[in-house]
Amino acid sequence: MDALLALWDGAFGSSYAFWSATLVRATPLLFVGLAVAVAFRANVLNIGAEGQLVVGAMLASVVALGGAGAPRLLVVPAMMVAGAAGGAVWAGIAAWLRRRFGVLEVISTILLNFVALALLSWAVRGPLQEPTGVYPQSSPFPPSSHWPFLLTGQRLHLGFALGVGLALLAWFLLARSAAGFRLRLVGAGARAARSAGGVAAERTITRVFLLSGACAGLAGASEVGGVTWALYEGLSPGYGYTAIAVALLARLDPRWVIVSAVFFGALDAGAAAMQRDAGVPSVVGQVIVATVVLLVLASGAARDRLPGGRRVPAGERG
Amino acid sequence: MELLLLPFLEASVRTATPLAFAALGELVTERAGVINLGLEGAIIAGCLGALVGAGVGGPGFGFLGGAAAGTAMAALFALFVITLRTDQIIAGAAITMLGLGLTGTLYRTLYGASGASLSSPTVAPVPLPLLSEIPVVGPALFAQTAPTYALYLLLPLLAWWMHRTHAGLALRATGESADAAVAAGISTTRVRWAAILFGGAMGGLSGATLVLAQVGTFNEGMSAGRGFIAIAIVVLGRWSAWGTAAASLVFGGAFALQYLFQSAGWDVPYPLFLGFPYVLTLSLLALMRGRSAAPEGLAKS
Amino acid sequence: MSAAEALVLRDVRRSFGPTVALDGATCRVRRGTVHALLGENGAGKTTLMNIAFGLVRPDAGDVLVDGAPLHPRSSADAIAAGIGMVHQHFKLVRAFTAAENVALGGHGRFDARAVAERMRRIAGETGLSVDPEARAGDLPVGAQQRLEIVKALAHDARVLILDEPTAVLAPAEGDDLLGWLRRFRDAGGTVVLITHKLREALAVADDLTVLRRGRTVLESARASVDEGAIVRAIAGDDSRDDSRDDSRDEVRHEVRGRAPSTSLAPPAKRSRTAVPTGPAVLALADVGYVDDRGVERLRGATLAVAAGETLGVLGVEGAGQRELLRILAGRLEPTTGTVRRPPRVGFIPEDRLHDALIPELPLHENLALADAGHLRGLIDWGAVVQRTAALIGRFDVRASAPTATADTLSGGNQQKFVVARERAVAVDALVAENPTRGLDLRAAALVRAGISGRDADAEPARAPAVVFYSTDIDEVLAVADRVVVCFSGEVREIPRPADPNDRTPYARAMVGAA
Repeated sequence: MDALLALWDGAFGSSYAFWSATLVRATPLLFVGLAVAVAFRANVLNIGAEGQLVVGAMLASVVALGGAGAPRLLVVPAMMVAGAAGGAVWAGIAAWLRRRFGVLEVISTILLNFVALALLSWAVRGPLQEPTGVYPQSSPFPPSSHWPFLLTGQRLHLGFALGVGLALLAWFLLARSAAGFRLRLVGAGARAARSAGGVAAERTITRVFLLSGACAGLAGASEVGGVTWALYEGLSPGYGYTAIAVALLARLDPRWVIVSAVFFGALDAGAAAMQRDAGVPSVVGQVIVATVVLLVLASGAARDRLPGGRRVPAGERG
Repeated sequence: MELLLLPFLEASVRTATPLAFAALGELVTERAGVINLGLEGAIIAGCLGALVGAGVGGPGFGFLGGAAAGTAMAALFALFVITLRTDQIIAGAAITMLGLGLTGTLYRTLYGASGASLSSPTVAPVPLPLLSEIPVVGPALFAQTAPTYALYLLLPLLAWWMHRTHAGLALRATGESADAAVAAGISTTRVRWAAILFGGAMGGLSGATLVLAQVGTFNEGMSAGRGFIAIAIVVLGRWSAWGTAAASLVFGGAFALQYLFQSAGWDVPYPLFLGFPYVLTLSLLALMRGRSAAPEGLAKS
Repeated sequence: MSAAEALVLRDVRRSFGPTVALDGATCRVRRGTVHALLGENGAGKTTLMNIAFGLVRPDAGDVLVDGAPLHPRSSADAIAAGIGMVHQHFKLVRAFTAAENVALGGHGRFDARAVAERMRRIAGETGLSVDPEARAGDLPVGAQQRLEIVKALAHDARVLILDEPTAVLAPAEGDDLLGWLRRFRDAGGTVVLITHKLREALAVADDLTVLRRGRTVLESARASVDEGAIVRAIAGDDSRDDSRDDSRDEVRHEVRGRAPSTSLAPPAKRSRTAVPTGPAVLALADVGYVDDRGVERLRGATLAVAAGETLGVLGVEGAGQRELLRILAGRLEPTTGTVRRPPRVGFIPEDRLHDALIPELPLHENLALADAGHLRGLIDWGAVVQRTAALIGRFDVRASAPTATADTLSGGNQQKFVVARERAVAVDALVAENPTRGLDLRAAALVRAGISGRDADAEPARAPAVVFYSTDIDEVLAVADRVVVCFSGEVREIPRPADPNDRTPYARAMVGAA
């Protein structure tokens, strides 16, 4: 009971808890949740948001550290571009492996997560390490690269606004634009989209990979620019995997990804407070996330949006 | 040269052993037409199960505990994908998350919040007389621990069973064409349950081997992606038992490369070794050109 | 119940959700006979036999084998009782060898050599020979069917159920199979032949049962009924309710040509003297196609289709018509030769649920699907819904709303919707691939009418050039002005013989006979 109270207090107990803990933790989840939702809508199984986030964070860090003298108005947008590009490139590898060699993206994106983590581990011990060479992390970023806060006295930063804007834009494009329609068609029935609609499904799929990766890369840029102001290992406690839960709970609808990300952000903030105040290990958060995914799956709520192709067919009838 | 090669070959086989357990289990699961992305969760559950089991009754109980824990995770997966008919990929990913989180939570609850390292009894290598005296390959192949020898027995048995028994035919038919299997009077539901549970038990044994024959303790997330690598290994092994074993050995080699480089005194940054097996997997997957030898009904309806 | 009956299904009922598939169906099969099971598509023939074979469980009713009740929990029980079934879509594991397929479902050790020996013995006894080592997926269709029969015989089947077995065979192969079934019967075996081809049933059956809408409406010895009674039983008198002319014509069409003694009216076909001779809308000149495995699928194809003209296409599986149709429809680019076609050609692919529609999307999105490749900017969904509503009204597609998902429609209405959509997006030319497959006679007639542009409200001035392929020779002969036959990659026009109902020149050309 104490633990639950601690969880609630940590997430919603004060204005600081909400604006500076819950929403700040929701921000990366918003980006990666969106990345997964958009990909899954096109039946692209991007399980690699984690790696794309990490690569995005690394490239954004390079820009932040290199742009020491430049004005913030230039550095922050450049970090966004770098983060998005990093994520897109990382997802692009999986897209290329699928298109050129037929490698299942489920496997390639997961493996690329491990490669990205190894790269990060190497970067903070090599090229991006702080000058004393003692700690495996980068130098603190210069202030010109710090993303602006949205509210005085609160840690909520530009990344959250960007994420919300992006989610609404994604929803609008999916619902109303021709390109969004093609994306949904490819997800719902690639064969018919190709045969009856003349949709270049492979090209659409490649673009979805890139978009999804860019979204996840932005999460990395937003974390290093808005929260940590430095690059280090353990930057993401598995945001890229939680993203699957965020997207599923939102039934792959970008608007609901906002709500779902805030929910998991609150859970995360609460779990941290629970560990601090009640001594309950925060890995419990992972268990809760997994349980939510399984419950959503079991309830069938996501079924109408998920292509049915990978369900085990019913056995004997009768 | 032999001084360099021997530790490398020995380490390759040792590292390949847990991979081969998990991959052979996944092979059977995939031959029934199901991809179990929750394998990673079964392995990490096997790690903790082995620690608990060995604490209670020694290494023998440890392997039992590992297998039981892996089977339990697989049972949960089977419940979702067979009984509730949910998406295999997402259910698998969730089970892996659950396994990683649950083992961490349980470990800290059972053995203290700090997760102070706790050592477990381990099994020692047993050099086989005569065989281990064969030059070069002898020590590498025949001075290993019991789980490796268990694999030597299991592998030919599994290959024979898949092709020379009616149960093996039923398994492969279920993965290739469930319709045809049902028309021949085979209960594909039962075959799939059995295949998934077997895969989970093997995943659990993989984790147990890691703890009881190699590391000697439990760390959070110590499965380190072996479940995912095992899935890639099955692809590389072209869905055959012997191919899967060979691909496991290749990966054991990739992981063991750091020992070779260390003993040779070559200076390559350690993190790059961490990434190498995954890059190798991706390259080999590309070279093998995807799923041409895959069971026709794999992860499809 | 006399044990002279090898298989009896009595008063069987079965529903799938709200759909009643069987509503009191009975079928009594005497030992040592060929028993034809007739009825329209959807009449419940296959479901009834799936119940006998243990693949579907009945809600009510009995199954008796040799007079003893059987409650099969799976097909294993039916196989053990001596029943074998050859499904319309073969139940073979394509990656397995023939021997592995034969052995499937057994217990204990699998001895490939013993199975091969058994297959050789069966070949010796019955003449059905299949190479035990061959991979099932590599076998030609006829051999796959033989393998299915051998599989049943290897499990000691005494009752053999065959579901539309000649549908996949060339005419000559079909005749061979029917001959084999007669010999199997003469040797004491029992055959249930599910078919919609009356000619076949009349030629080979001793007894027949007719199902209509899940009920048995006729049980008789072949000798004691005439064709008219069978046709009436199949189509039912209530089929006069709506679109009567169409369905009556269709029934005649099914019978015509198969039984010269009956004097049925010639098909309702517009006069062939009025073949339009306008400029060609679709034209191929010396077109060849080599697939990505390097196999030449089509060579030297030359043809032209004018506006308002219907070109019929015939060919057995894999003869090149699949590629021919896709090249004409602009879905495939030829390797050699030149194609002339309008910028948009309507295409009705054979597998409508995968290639033409996305079942879980609403109709209006399925309409927009046809333009999805070149839409730009934003989509005005309100306008699309309005267009959908107008279209489904004009082509009489029965749907609850233009925003209903496609999977809520019946098969016939889905196909009508596809036809309507393709006519709407491409007014000059239409390519149809087996468009009436799986539809009952009435729905098929409506679909054909939609394709040819002879529906009530369509603008008659703008009749499209139509290419019409069907596996049913009689259907092609009934709708086409001219007919080409594909054989082994070559496309040849076969002139209409003096008797418009004479199918022999086409049947011969399809198997490559001169």
